Amino acid sequence: MSSDASGGFAQRAHDALGNRQLHIALDRTTAQLGMRRSTAVASLDNFDGVRDQARAAKMQVLRTLGDSLRRFEEQLIANGAHVHWADTGADANRIIVEIATRTGVRRVAKSKSMVSEETHLNGALEKAGIAVIETDLGEYIVQLANDRPSHIIAPIVHMTREQVGRVMHDRLAVPYSDDTQTLARYARERLREEFLQADMGLSGANFGVVENGTICLVTNEGNGRMVTTLPRVHVALMGIEKLVPTMADLDRFLKLLARSATGQKLTVYTTLIRGPRRAGDECGPEELHVVLLDNGRTNMLAGETAEILGCIRCGACLNACPVYRSVGGHAYGDVYPGPVGAIVTPGLRGLDRFAELPGASSLCGACRDVCPVRLDIPRMLLALRHQAVERTPQPFALRAGLKMFARVATRPRLYRAATALVRRALRARARNGWIAKAPGMASGWTAFRDLRAPAARTFEQQWRERQASRHRG
Amino acid sequence: MLQYHYALAMVVQLFPTCLVNEIRPDAGMAVVRVLERVGCEVALPEGLTCCGQPAYNAGFHDEARRVARHTLAVLGATDGAIVVPSGSCCDMLVHQTVELFRDEPAAAEAAQRVASRCREFSQFVAERGGVPGGSLPSRVAYHPSCHLQRGLRVQREPLQLIGGVAGAESVPFDEQHECCGFGGLFSIKNAEISAAMMDRKLTAIEASGANRLVSCDLGCLLHLEGGLRRRGAAIAVQHLAEFLDEAAT
Repeated sequence: MSSDASGGFAQRAHDALGNRQLHIALDRTTAQLGMRRSTAVASLDNFDGVRDQARAAKMQVLRTLGDSLRRFEEQLIANGAHVHWADTGADANRIIVEIATRTGVRRVAKSKSMVSEETHLNGALEKAGIAVIETDLGEYIVQLANDRPSHIIAPIVHMTREQVGRVMHDRLAVPYSDDTQTLARYARERLREEFLQADMGLSGANFGVVENGTICLVTNEGNGRMVTTLPRVHVALMGIEKLVPTMADLDRFLKLLARSATGQKLTVYTTLIRGPRRAGDECGPEELHVVLLDNGRTNMLAGETAEILGCIRCGACLNACPVYRSVGGHAYGDVYPGPVGAIVTPGLRGLDRFAELPGASSLCGACRDVCPVRLDIPRMLLALRHQAVERTPQPFALRAGLKMFARVATRPRLYRAATALVRRALRARARNGWIAKAPGMASGWTAFRDLRAPAARTFEQQWRERQASRHRG
Repeated sequence: MLQYHYALAMVVQLFPTCLVNEIRPDAGMAVVRVLERVGCEVALPEGLTCCGQPAYNAGFHDEARRVARHTLAVLGATDGAIVVPSGSCCDMLVHQTVELFRDEPAAAEAAQRVASRCREFSQFVAERGGVPGGSLPSRVAYHPSCHLQRGLRVQREPLQLIGGVAGAESVPFDEQHECCGFGGLFSIKNAEISAAMMDRKLTAIEASGANRLVSCDLGCLLHLEGGLRRRGAAIAVQHLAEFLDEAAT
């Protein structure tokens, strides 16, 4: 069930395509999320105008990221938060373990955080003898199953409710059920206890507002609010790209995020955090720490895929992507799957190890159409493919073939002669105008579909004959 | 043969595309006849080969630039509208070639001049008011190819043209706007995923009760037709030009 970068994308995709359970689960959820999104988008007047404004704000922040981060830090400190800078995932984990150790934390309750998946924080905390519990329902099930999330907002999109029922039965010693209400009740009973016992709440951040240092979290289960108010220490771990300039911008992003992610006008809980508990407050953490993680983002900012740092992690591109819908999230081999993952993963973890990902797309552009901040994902996939050609080994046949193609396609007479040879060779293999089995690279085609044999006479030849007969006529 | 007489025939340049030229010339001849029916005189520029898209999409930008430079030289030496019977080749000429030369201002300008003259076939025919007076009883599943609908934003035109044919009924199908899985070299390099996408598309088309599958991109059509044939399904597969030509004949 769980997977990693071993075996390569092609192998993982092959395994996923053969997994019937996965297809039932993926089809159910992605189609539903996609439809809900369409309806919700239609509910906002001027959705496209809001997208344009949000995009402009995000790109402005990214262009001036250093300054924005300094101003954000000043605001956080003025609000009473502690700010930590982490260059790498390991740095972030070390900083968080140190905070936990210094404050005598034994149990950490987490709300959903993709960045903590990126740094493998849970493993680091457990190694330090600190218990970690995921409190987002999906992430909780992932943790119980010792699995990995396969979707940015629907972590267990790859599981059917029957599979969830079996995991809960095995791990929590509760009667088996495939009724979602019952399963949610099982989780709720356990998680209540965890919220009350935890000494540290760990969250991500959906947005950080530069102008006043607000951390914004959205959840549908309220767990984000619990982990940021009940435990005595709250740590928010966020990527440095998560900033938006003003509260007015935040309003736009919230409208876009909920609609694009789950098809809601607003998530059930929107939590705005300005600082730790103040004198007279009835709840809230005694300490608030914000860990700002780079982990390769600054490098991306200087390259052709800088735009992807504007991603607000809504997951709409996953639901719209026919490749993601065919192979699921684990095939992408790292934390961020789908079209956004095919750009972010090579950016964060190196193109060498993930050079296949940008190729795992038909470039259909459905992702660009649904992206709330209009990220030009196909353009970035093409840029990464180009980088992969420049930097990583390519199949000899492909490289030689395309070099030959360029040489021939710029010399029309040679092109005519060469294509005539290929046509003749292919026609020799055809029966009734069709080829059932082609050699070499084209065998990939005929493994799944017949190949129409080329024509005996090209369009150009037929056209010339027609013109000549007209002149004669 | 019936000819519609316009006051002045408009000369258009045809970029037939490599797939039409080598594999399905009948679609190209249909394009020519339809263009003549809407009052155009078709010219075929000398020396066209391929738009360079296969190399571009594979990440081989130097190779793509060489081919694009050739294509721009050939097309740049002509005048008037350039009609391209393929959404993806047309998108290559309209958007990607300009991007390919973004660091070379002179070439980018030449690319922009050619781009502004390019029209995808259905877009051009619809702009000319469509083909008058065709009839062809049929249930048509129209597959909107990705670069056509999302790249060029040509969405209504093919359906308008099909709707203009007496007796032709356009039948919707499940997830009609989703990619068919062709994707050029993707169909070979990621053949298994491509085939999974194709299967979803073909199952939906078969369930729609259509007896014809029509699209504006031969790449998608060769892929889908090959899949239908492997399935043994009896659905006729046509480029929109072939459909309109048959209806008008």
